Amino acid sequence: MENMKDIVLKYVIAEYCEDDSEEITYDTPLISGGIVDSFSMVSLKRFLEVKYKIQIPDDEATPEAFDNVNSIVSLVEKFINK
Amino acid sequence: MAYSNRARQVYTDTLNGIKEAGLFKQERFIHSVQSADIEVEFPTGNPVKKVINMCANNYLGLSSHPDVVKAAHEGLETRGYGMSSVRFICGTQDIHKELEARLTEFLGTEDTILFPSCMDANAGVFEAILTKDDVMISDRLVHASIIDGIRLAPAMHDTYKHSDMEHLESKLQQYMDKRMRVVITDGVFSMDGDLAKLDMMADLCEKYDAMLFVDESHSSGFIGKTGRGTHEHCGIMGRVDIITTTFGKALGGASGGCVSGRREIVEMCRQKARPYLFSNTIAPVVVSGVLKVLDTLSKSTERRDKLEVNTEFWRKGLLDAGFVLKEGDSPIVPVMLFNAKLAQDVSKDLFEEGIYAVGFFFPVVPNGQARIRTQISAGHDMHHLEKALAAFIKVGKKYNILGKTKNEIIEMYGN
Repeated sequence: MENMKDIVLKYVIAEYCEDDSEEITYDTPLISGGIVDSFSMVSLKRFLEVKYKIQIPDDEATPEAFDNVNSIVSLVEKFINK
Repeated sequence: MAYSNRARQVYTDTLNGIKEAGLFKQERFIHSVQSADIEVEFPTGNPVKKVINMCANNYLGLSSHPDVVKAAHEGLETRGYGMSSVRFICGTQDIHKELEARLTEFLGTEDTILFPSCMDANAGVFEAILTKDDVMISDRLVHASIIDGIRLAPAMHDTYKHSDMEHLESKLQQYMDKRMRVVITDGVFSMDGDLAKLDMMADLCEKYDAMLFVDESHSSGFIGKTGRGTHEHCGIMGRVDIITTTFGKALGGASGGCVSGRREIVEMCRQKARPYLFSNTIAPVVVSGVLKVLDTLSKSTERRDKLEVNTEFWRKGLLDAGFVLKEGDSPIVPVMLFNAKLAQDVSKDLFEEGIYAVGFFFPVVPNGQARIRTQISAGHDMHHLEKALAAFIKVGKKYNILGKTKNEIIEMYGN
């Protein structure tokens, strides 16, 4: 089964990258690096909530928490395990 | 006194941080009217310098046109300087209603409501017409004022990749459970100068029962055969549900804006839009000026035709010289430099050559996409454009960027 990191990475590339030339890894800064703007982050939050059947409160869905795939996965795991 | 030393220090530190990041904005003082030739004091305290303005939103060259100035004077004489009221108390004159009717006719809509600015129109419209049961789906490059308006509205929001119709369609499909869907775009995108694919968007909106919202601030008056806007250019007059636009650019350049569109939506704004309800009416002098602008544009397409010729000359000249441009056919012609410092250096050198064109970089545009955004005007004559082109080429040679690709420029200067 595909692990969560790869699922999130695949979604981020499909949803936010304009062309294939951008190399995104688990650590690539997404928001502070200008790949995802904080305003467009909402679709990622919705994707995670639907995919993993969780609710991420707005005060936890911060640009810092969403800034790279690793931190996104940590956030999701926190709510899955709740 | 509650403004303590600590508070002063907090703001001083923040401002220093902005300066250190190279993001500190400085005004440049203009000592003349707005036109192709302006007199600029920059840096502050320096002698005033005569330069050619290549970065105003004065697309039709009407900002200080004698006919518009005369009409504004007449408005001042007959309707006074101010109204000291919001619209619905005692701030609506006959000329405000006349302007709303004239805009409705010009834009080909059902009704229009004036706002103090298009920023206010965008800030007010979504909150006035949507609820938490609705969704707003916006292009990722819409203007900041739309983003603010979306943030103020109770409806859910999502975005689609810039002008990507497949992505937009997939988003529309995702939100079929919502009461109403609104697709939101600029007509002409202010930073890149490209046009929205409004014909395709109108089709998608019909297919998925969504309303179409277009901000026409960078197109009203000059895009389309008779300058009605991007909806005219795309052949969909009457199929846009909500148009917002400004009088602060091509339509005289003073201030003010409007929401124009479906009758009920305009009425909802009149009842509920907070910037309309709680901000002053547009000054009579401005209303009179915009009325004259609409008179001028309705009689002749001469100015938008000249703008088209000027734009073609400018774009071709820069391309032939070997600059990297953003593709498009609006009078917004971004010269891509990718690196923020390079954009600032080129702008500074152009100023030395008598050309006023400002550099844009992150966060105004995405990281690594720094540029000089040039904007062409019907107020430019050929000698202005020839001089500006010669200056761009001279500065381009200095930095060895002519004929270079994006990657080559980034290799030399970074991004």
